[in-house]
Amino acid sequence: MTEVLIDLVLLGMLAMTALRVIFLKDLFAVVMLFSIFSFVSALIFINLDAVDVAFTEAAVGAGISTVLMLGTIALTGRTEKKNSHSSILHLVVVCVTGAALIYGTMDMPPFGNADNPIHQHVAPRYIEDSPKEVGLPNIVTSVLASYRGFDTLGETVVVFAAMIGVLSLLGTARPTNKRATPESGLAKHRVLHVVAKIIIPFIILFALYVQFHGDYGPGGGFQAGVIAAAALILYALVFGASFAHRIVSPRQLEVFAPLGVLLYASVGLVGMIKGANFLDYNVLASTAAAGQHYGIIIIELGVGLTVFAAMLGLFYAFSNQVERSNVQ
Amino acid sequence: MSVIVDYYNYWIVVFLMMAGFYVVISANNLVKKVVGLNIFQTSVFMLYISMGKVSGGTAPIIIEGVTQYSNPLPHVLILTAIVVGVATTAVGLSLVIRIKHAYGTVEENEFQNEDDAI
Repeated sequence: MTEVLIDLVLLGMLAMTALRVIFLKDLFAVVMLFSIFSFVSALIFINLDAVDVAFTEAAVGAGISTVLMLGTIALTGRTEKKNSHSSILHLVVVCVTGAALIYGTMDMPPFGNADNPIHQHVAPRYIEDSPKEVGLPNIVTSVLASYRGFDTLGETVVVFAAMIGVLSLLGTARPTNKRATPESGLAKHRVLHVVAKIIIPFIILFALYVQFHGDYGPGGGFQAGVIAAAALILYALVFGASFAHRIVSPRQLEVFAPLGVLLYASVGLVGMIKGANFLDYNVLASTAAAGQHYGIIIIELGVGLTVFAAMLGLFYAFSNQVERSNVQ
Repeated sequence: MSVIVDYYNYWIVVFLMMAGFYVVISANNLVKKVVGLNIFQTSVFMLYISMGKVSGGTAPIIIEGVTQYSNPLPHVLILTAIVVGVATTAVGLSLVIRIKHAYGTVEENEFQNEDDAI
């Protein structure tokens, strides 16, 4: 019952936040509300038992997306101009579509029922056989990295491709020749400096924990990559991008991102050389269980590396644009 | 009461989806459109995760003595979709920045007017 109540309240809050976004003209407030929106949806995901998803949403939606959007409004202006044309037609279209969809939900199976069609086909097999076949307690990691490994490879490639897209649109951040100086707007805030210095090592430690403990608890390469990137983004925001460039330079990121994808794909190729299918981990070691373990650790490392490099690379590209426009 | 509990999640999903849709079609500002797209996207995530939930189930991590788990498959799909989502959002935002460079504005009606003038 408490689960249901929490669900009702949090979803209500989510709807309110979305409603407010529609009417606000101040884009800074819109982006902040969107960050809250992501946090609330992460809470809902936890309540709906999707701990891995909640983890990702909290790091990505509330963290990285918000920073990228703030970077964009720093360049494009903070307020939305008044709408000149009437929005009655838009409202009608939205209401009609919404009514049709609500009518459609009446055919949906009731929420939370264990007899729903979705729970009858593939999922029972994953739940019952994955501890034996893959040998990991976290079923989400088993499915992500082993059963649907091909899918995940595709998604890693998409993240890599998006990084290439952004870099070709905005240009790569050139390493600055001048000595690193605290140029960030936050340079004068001593409290932020002290707090950031204290928490950044723990964020990185946590990212490593999430990377290597993803087989047993919630987590994995996607989350770890985002969290590690968040640590460096925090460093760059508080101390200035040129300091962050000294730790991980944009050039290094351009190597890391494809390296992760190659690492992932080469695990598949090793399986093929050993006479099995692409991304079949059973043949990687003497026993199938050990092979699965090695395979998953290596591909998670590849995913983590690519996601880390892509997220940080996106941030560098955006912050480079903001810095350039500040100079002009 | 039970009808509300049975369908509440889906109704909120529809509401969020329509809120996002409304922002996308009615907002002039491209950054706000991207926020609208993201709200739309989150509503789809919410739909998948809601469908995967089993009442009385627990997170799909094997523990001794637990037999009822929520469906892990939607979790896998949405987890990767979120990371891919932020990557594509970044591409969208960088297109917005390029439009700002090229036209000096990110209000849709203004740069469309400029396009028509050419």
